[in-house]
Amino acid sequence: MKLAVVRFPGSNCDHDLLHALKFRLGFDAEYVWWGKKTLEGYDMAFLSGGFSFGDYLRAGAIATLTPVMGAVTEFAGKGKPVLGICNGFQILTEAKLLPGALLHNSSMKFICDDVNVKVETANSPFTGKLPKGEVLSMPVAHMEGRYVADDVTLKKLEVEDRVLLRYCDAEGLVDDGANPNGSISGIAGVLSEKRNVAGLMPHPERACEKLLGGEDGIKFLQSIVGQIQG
Amino acid sequence: MKALVIIRLKDGILDPQGEAVRQAVRALDKAKVSNVRIGKIIEIEIDGADKTSAEKSVKAMCDKLLANPVTEDYQIVDIS
Repeated sequence: MKLAVVRFPGSNCDHDLLHALKFRLGFDAEYVWWGKKTLEGYDMAFLSGGFSFGDYLRAGAIATLTPVMGAVTEFAGKGKPVLGICNGFQILTEAKLLPGALLHNSSMKFICDDVNVKVETANSPFTGKLPKGEVLSMPVAHMEGRYVADDVTLKKLEVEDRVLLRYCDAEGLVDDGANPNGSISGIAGVLSEKRNVAGLMPHPERACEKLLGGEDGIKFLQSIVGQIQG
Repeated sequence: MKALVIIRLKDGILDPQGEAVRQAVRALDKAKVSNVRIGKIIEIEIDGADKTSAEKSVKAMCDKLLANPVTEDYQIVDIS
């Protein structure tokens, strides 16, 4: 099984992600350049965090026009799993592979902090090995993390059980106090209609070493690749 | 040809930047400023195109990249 870590000019979590996948979890993972036109030979694609193309115009917008995003769209169309983390999530919404959009945090401040998120569905190739309701502590680091979607889209996400993660307190309670950025319904991650594309704002790859503050990210990444591996 | 495009956040979408400016201008002036919304102005110069084809190009750019239809509306205010 081979994992692709897609990197754009301005990506900055690609090294952490590759480290987590390769050296903490022992998977065959490698970087994929943004100019690549195919993802043939890979079993899953990760879009890492950062500030692709300087986040000019809107976070993630310019990256959608790269050749590799054509390849990611084709890959996702074949039902292969794609996960976007932070800027990767923003890119996937801009590319219309995920619904909604991510706007400036309601506080207008860049947020760099540990947050708790609750696994809202185990019915996905990303969280299937985690129990529903599991609370994970992972860092966030973003300026545009406020998830927005119109009422129809939001209702659809809820009815179809496509909210992947929600911000919560340490006990798993979802309320305004636990919502760092003003995301609608505390949404921290969502799934696509076919459930094979997902995005989340927290950084599992930055919570993979005890020395660096926690290992909950390993649980999350392990659930994904463990499941894809079968 | 030069086109001028205005991008606005859709009504009902919280604009924290606009809200911060609203509070600031209220401190600056006693006028009762009830709302401030901040958008973008984009100027695009296109070589060797007539107005119709330039308009078509700019519209395509807005639909595909310059505005996000989930959160923003755009208006081509001038093209000449």
